[in-house]
Amino acid sequence: MLYFVEQCLNGVQLGMLLFLLAAGLTLVFGIMDLVNLAHGSLYMLGAYFAATFAVLTGSFVIAIIMAVAASLVAGMVLETVAIRRLYSRNHLDHVLGTFGLLLFFNELVRLIWGPAGMTLSLPPEMLTAVQIIPGVYYPIYRLVIILAALAIAALLYVLVMRTRLGMLIRAGAANRQMVAALGVNIELLYTFVFGLGAALAGFAGVMQAPILTVQIGMGENILILAFVVIIIGGIGSIRGAFVAAVMVGLIDTVGRSFLPDMLHRVLSTNAAATLGPALSSMSIYMLMAAVLVFRPEGLFPVAGR
Amino acid sequence: MKAAAVARPLVEIERLSKRFGGIVPTDAVSLAIEAGELHAVIGPNGAGKTTLISLLAGELSAQGGLIRFDGADITALPVYRRSQLGIARSFQITSLFRDFTALDNVALAVQAHRGHSFRFWRDVRGEYELRKPAFDALVRVGLAERAGMRVDKLSHGEYRLLEIAMALATGPRLLLLDEPMAGLGPEESAAMVQMLRQLKGNLTILLIEHDMQAVFALADRVTVMVYGRVIACGEPAAIRADAAVRRAYLGEE
Amino acid sequence: MTASFDPSLDAATRSQLTPRGALAATVLAALAVLPVYAALTGDGFALTLFTRVLILAIGAVSLNLIMGYGGMVSFGHAAYLGIGGYAVGILAKEGVDSGFVQWPAAIAASALYALVVGVLSLRTRGVYFIMITLAFAQMIYYVAIGLDRYGGDDGLTIYRRSQFAGLLDLNNKTLFYYVCFALLLASLYIVSRIVNSRFGLVIRGARSNERRMRAIGFPTFRYKLVCFVIAGAMCGLAGALLANHTNFISPALMHWTRSGDLIVMVVLGGLGSLFGPLIGAVVFLLLEEGLSRLTEYPDLILGPVLLLVAIYAHGGIEGLLEGRRRG
Repeated sequence: MLYFVEQCLNGVQLGMLLFLLAAGLTLVFGIMDLVNLAHGSLYMLGAYFAATFAVLTGSFVIAIIMAVAASLVAGMVLETVAIRRLYSRNHLDHVLGTFGLLLFFNELVRLIWGPAGMTLSLPPEMLTAVQIIPGVYYPIYRLVIILAALAIAALLYVLVMRTRLGMLIRAGAANRQMVAALGVNIELLYTFVFGLGAALAGFAGVMQAPILTVQIGMGENILILAFVVIIIGGIGSIRGAFVAAVMVGLIDTVGRSFLPDMLHRVLSTNAAATLGPALSSMSIYMLMAAVLVFRPEGLFPVAGR
Repeated sequence: MKAAAVARPLVEIERLSKRFGGIVPTDAVSLAIEAGELHAVIGPNGAGKTTLISLLAGELSAQGGLIRFDGADITALPVYRRSQLGIARSFQITSLFRDFTALDNVALAVQAHRGHSFRFWRDVRGEYELRKPAFDALVRVGLAERAGMRVDKLSHGEYRLLEIAMALATGPRLLLLDEPMAGLGPEESAAMVQMLRQLKGNLTILLIEHDMQAVFALADRVTVMVYGRVIACGEPAAIRADAAVRRAYLGEE
Repeated sequence: MTASFDPSLDAATRSQLTPRGALAATVLAALAVLPVYAALTGDGFALTLFTRVLILAIGAVSLNLIMGYGGMVSFGHAAYLGIGGYAVGILAKEGVDSGFVQWPAAIAASALYALVVGVLSLRTRGVYFIMITLAFAQMIYYVAIGLDRYGGDDGLTIYRRSQFAGLLDLNNKTLFYYVCFALLLASLYIVSRIVNSRFGLVIRGARSNERRMRAIGFPTFRYKLVCFVIAGAMCGLAGALLANHTNFISPALMHWTRSGDLIVMVVLGGLGSLFGPLIGAVVFLLLEEGLSRLTEYPDLILGPVLLLVAIYAHGGIEGLLEGRRRG
């Protein structure tokens, strides 16, 4: 039972990371209608920046701040130099072009940092477990991830729902041409939105670095999960991304932990050993398939699309 | 309105309704279209005429009411099924293959109604049973000389005729025409009116048009819609004289 | 004036020799004599490289069928290379060496997976479709990693190539090359017949304007599904060939970046043209090979090249040849 609670928390934590990634992805797709396969690369760069800055400055916290700032800048530069030339093209060209960027960044990272990957160590206090409810101990750092992501979700909410900029973003997600026709400096808006997405991705990369990985190609796997999240949540919807991310995080984590066991009770050992891992990684896709059948526009579709 | 017709109407629309958020383009519309007639629907912009055609064609689903075609309830049928039952529509958007010929385009419409298309080997351009009826449809609309021409080289007027040829090629019983004369010059409009006049009788036609000359020259009956509602329905002369119609629509011209 | 129906009207749309046709003919001729060159110069590597080109070209031809002609951009097409390859690998491991069983199994398994994916995905379009096919490919990738018995992440060695009761010795590299070449020609021919048939016109029409197609009475979903299955099956055969070629199969073959490679090949060559995928495959693989000899970091160049193609090149290489814009 306690194990179950712990796995649920891990699921929520994964969900928070996915939300950070998916939010940027869904904004860029919703507003600029751009499919960005290189989003995972920004996530990867965030992690590498953090690991590097941690070594340079010796401080974990400073490393985080600098890495997020660097991701923001990297995102805006990328948008200005390359991404904006893709807006007028069709989705297939987006896929092709951002795929090229993805290959480029993986190679660039290999050139600068070498093939081996890096580590980012936490200050030891972060790793201790605290008792959050009687009997359940959970590492502080993972709690920090959850809380930080929730804080960002709240900030995003305020930004999108309560500011003028946010209004432009929402309007752009529902009707791009109209916003441009209203005389808003659309180019600046796009650069900002892309940069925001990059910063969010970079932040996710930074936060997961100490507990997961800092290596080449780390963006790819989680990117696909992020796409699944935005399909389930509804393209262009941040709220949808949040709900779907938590769902996906929970199902994936709890599924991987418990499904093999459950299968062992029902099937022979051999069958369970083969099917277990396969099915648990499939659980997300089965959820996505179900959503596609019953509600193809996503759980929280943006009106007007 | 005709009293106690011998045959039942080809199309019976009963209290059909559709809303989009706060807008109600179709508000309990009831209408009957007799077989063989050319029935025009007119009304100011925003009256819900195109929505009506989309509802009849099956591209939009109604929220209330029903549609009967030749006695059968088709309200829930998808678009392609309605096409197979004999309902064809023309579009204002462009034809299928811009870099194919006019004949290719119409032949595709014929193909849709000649058995299934799970044939993978034989070159479709060699199928006489598709090409000939397609050519005949082009003759009917007066585009025979353009049969071998690539569609992206046709004039706007020829596009509109091709649209109708494609609709005709499916051998329909009901033809839904959504502003076929939009964008046509005076000569082309006159040619189109001539062509439509020749189609009358063999076919039942529902025509939406803004060109009043054409409407009154062609229509057997006219229905007037304003803000999603039918405000009058009857023979052209009666409609012309109807005070409410003049106020609501003709008076604005 | 009454016009009469003139069947020769159709002659106008028959293709004549174009720069595009000439290029294709040249490439095919060069490929046909490559083994001779390899034998004369003793360059075995060229033979190996171009066998791979032929096999992946088959994959690209199959993807072009759904993507170029059908408008269905599948980002999961490498899954079929994997399924076909694993069909051969798994059967080989279980003692079934016969190509007469393995290759049909590869085709059937791929067709089945394509059917399932197609039924679930084809109701969507545009970017949703791209992402969903991507997700399904990733799913089968993870399944393959989980197959411990068949090597899992490390992959599976195939000790004996597919046996054809002594009729064909696939260990003979030159013979194997020509088998692949023959299958490539066959797949090109099959696609050329399909796209000009009734079925092909429905698919192409659905790409052009699906709404219109339904309005004239075509139930487009079932046609797209069948097309999707055909493409999957064809690519499954390519997978079986690939497994034979490398005597090895691993999940890496199904990674989504491999699907990206296939898309690149099709787009580079020119979408929706018959020989485009062949030319794209040749160019892409030669580029990849050449760049990796040139530098230790080939993607630093390849990546931006792809980006530039995406931004500037209309209609891929063939489009450049003809100087004309494609959608």
